[in-house]
Amino acid sequence: MNQTVLMTWEWLTDPANWQGRGGILAQSLEHLRLSFVALLVAALIAVPTGLWVGHTGRLRWAAVNLTGAVRAIPSLGVLFVAVLLLLPRLRGELAFELPALIVLVALAVPPILSGTYAGVDATDPAARDAARGVGMTGGQVLRQVEIPGALPLIMSGLRSAMLQIIGTATIAAIVGLGGLGRFLIDGQASRQYDQMAGGAIAVAALALLVDQALALLQRVVVSPGLSSAARVR
Amino acid sequence: MIGGVAWSTLGDLTLRHLYLAGLPLLIGLVLSVPLGWLAARVRWLGPPLIAGTGLMYTIPSLALFILLPLVLGTQVLSDVNVLVAMVIYTVALLTRSVADGFASVPAPVRQAATAMGYGELRRVGAVDLPLAIPVIAAGLRVAAVSNVSIVSIAALIGVSQLGQLFTDGFNRNAMGPILVGIVACVALAVALDALIVLVATLLTPWSRRRVPA
Amino acid sequence: MIRFEHVTKRYPDGTVAVDDLSLAVPRGGITVLVGPSGCGKTTTLRMVNRMVEPTEGRITIDDDDITARPAAELRRSIGYVIQHAGLFPHRTVLANVMTVPRLLGWDRPRARTAAMEAIEKVGLTADQARRYPAQLSGGQQQRVGVARALASGPDLVLMDEPFSAVDPLVRADLQQEVRRLQRDLGITVVLVTHDIDEALTLGDSVAVMRQGGHLAQFATPADLLAEPADDFVASFVGKDRGYRALGFADVRVTPRAERSVQVGEQVRAGSGWVLVTDGSGMPLGWVDGTGWGGPVREDRLHRLGAVASPDDSARALLDAALSSPSGRGVVVADGRVVGTVTTQDVLGGLDRRHSVGSVGKDAEHTVGSVGVVEESGRVEGDAP
Repeated sequence: MNQTVLMTWEWLTDPANWQGRGGILAQSLEHLRLSFVALLVAALIAVPTGLWVGHTGRLRWAAVNLTGAVRAIPSLGVLFVAVLLLLPRLRGELAFELPALIVLVALAVPPILSGTYAGVDATDPAARDAARGVGMTGGQVLRQVEIPGALPLIMSGLRSAMLQIIGTATIAAIVGLGGLGRFLIDGQASRQYDQMAGGAIAVAALALLVDQALALLQRVVVSPGLSSAARVR
Repeated sequence: MIGGVAWSTLGDLTLRHLYLAGLPLLIGLVLSVPLGWLAARVRWLGPPLIAGTGLMYTIPSLALFILLPLVLGTQVLSDVNVLVAMVIYTVALLTRSVADGFASVPAPVRQAATAMGYGELRRVGAVDLPLAIPVIAAGLRVAAVSNVSIVSIAALIGVSQLGQLFTDGFNRNAMGPILVGIVACVALAVALDALIVLVATLLTPWSRRRVPA
Repeated sequence: MIRFEHVTKRYPDGTVAVDDLSLAVPRGGITVLVGPSGCGKTTTLRMVNRMVEPTEGRITIDDDDITARPAAELRRSIGYVIQHAGLFPHRTVLANVMTVPRLLGWDRPRARTAAMEAIEKVGLTADQARRYPAQLSGGQQQRVGVARALASGPDLVLMDEPFSAVDPLVRADLQQEVRRLQRDLGITVVLVTHDIDEALTLGDSVAVMRQGGHLAQFATPADLLAEPADDFVASFVGKDRGYRALGFADVRVTPRAERSVQVGEQVRAGSGWVLVTDGSGMPLGWVDGTGWGGPVREDRLHRLGAVASPDDSARALLDAALSSPSGRGVVVADGRVVGTVTTQDVLGGLDRRHSVGSVGKDAEHTVGSVGVVEESGRVEGDAP
């Protein structure tokens, strides 16, 4: 046990493992790139949809049930299905990346969608009524009252979507995707536990860092009036 | 045979999957109740406790499966790694639910129970915990469903359960086993979910709708 | 000012919230819509700023059909206050109050100045203006709600159960505040409440509505109490309406002259209850000189009881007499004692009025006219 910890430590602290094309640094950046692309695409789909569902109240049941239903679907299985279906139809670089990206986006949409929907839906009915009553148009109510009020839940939706993405991107190394998952999968294949464990530590650290960064962003964008710290003294 | 998978294999893998996802659910529940109670009861302890357990959830499952042998000194292929990882995820999800559940108990009810002479611990068991069941059950359902999904990833480190159908199918370029595996996983998740709903309903007869006369 | 012409609101499921309502809300003053839940009072109010669109009929403000301009534009010209204030939690108090001026396209400095003025008007401080709604009490939040409605200087303000969610003491404060603001600004207020006491206290005119969206009676509070149009109104205004009507009844009672002493002066034993004032004639309390005599000390003082002014209603005068330990209610004008009244004086005044007309009928009499002397003042407690 001490031996493996030591080996993992040595692997992690060896500068050679950090540099170069397949190094920890490059793979971290690749992992981040894939994750943020997926998050961005998912948010572009899910946030407007969630706002629409929340603002109009239409398709509410779908938004409510979607997250639960998708959570039950095993991401590894879906990943393999996507690759088997799409790989023969794609060429070049895209062939490796696209199926995985589609799965990452598909898994990230529900948490963002339901967070956005729930955030808008949770707007104080009195505030919404007052907003209309003082003469805001539908768009103004959405922009000035519902979206700012929904931000905490939109942000937590984004955070859980990002965790899902980072985790799934890790296992997507098995279908050839770049990123830190490579160390875990390649280490497994070549029976090099130090590389697996070192990569696992790097992934865990990356996930924690990104989550904390998003938490920080949440603090910046969410009005202090909405945080639980702002209560009657 | 179904989708190129023998029924007996499917049965064995499903049972293994149930064991790897279900046992941690029970252990996690038992651990979360005191943790969640502490978080709800001790004001200053609540936020750090919930944030701390929540932090465990950010670690990607494959990374956790691989790292646990380092911490536990177990073999990489051991079931224990998966079981412990799933307990960690369950506790990470449930601590918050349990705390929310205890917080959902109406203060007048708690005060009435205290006024009648219940001691703290007895009151928690006799009054608070039963009333917190609906909220705890909601959290448990989320944990159960996501446990079933996460366990399948353990196939990548060679721990056999339904996820093995995914890797087998992928290696043989066969869609059949993968689809069978997905359907079996979803079915297992739905079954666990339904079981929790049923047990929660049986445990909280007061929250059922009035029986028509 | 606001005219409802045969207005009906029918919902798709067939429920009729307001049924053929015709009503002219006068300019200025406070008009209260009151009635039990489900009587359509809130729907009626919300039709004025088109939060609800009528199914039939027409509503005009100053003879302009309200459907002539876009709903949002109409609403910006009308103040709107609702039950739970409906403040925007993510905006500071100041930003909340700046909402309508900003919607109207005012530049920031102008909107800010208007908002700060409105915030001061409702009795909040600059420090509170920087806070978020969650950092204020319920009553303070409701004040912000009122300030938000007033910031752009509308002529008309709609209030939907504005004080129902705050505790009784704060409610009384807010009621007075709204009363004062309405008078100071000369605006028209239309207010919905389910509380008949609030309606009678605040309303210059009161529209009583009944289930099914019918207008039962539209009258002044005094008339409602004196002559309810039907059994529904009679039962809605309450069992003790005769007593309540005293609040609107003016009586011709001239306060009797009252001998008073100051702290330090002598009171002879056997002189009965003696009123104590300070140097300027402001009443301080009573001393019991029945079995005690000596120099008046602060610790000898009994509470004053309620104090009335000469032009107060019969209810206030009676209350002063009933709450005074001597049985003589102190009447004060400009901070000085002008005399006292007994319950007999007030009741006698009421009896005399009954021979002329019913209570409240002649509400236009502003009777408090101290000049009308009915009994020559005599000096009490001067006998021995």
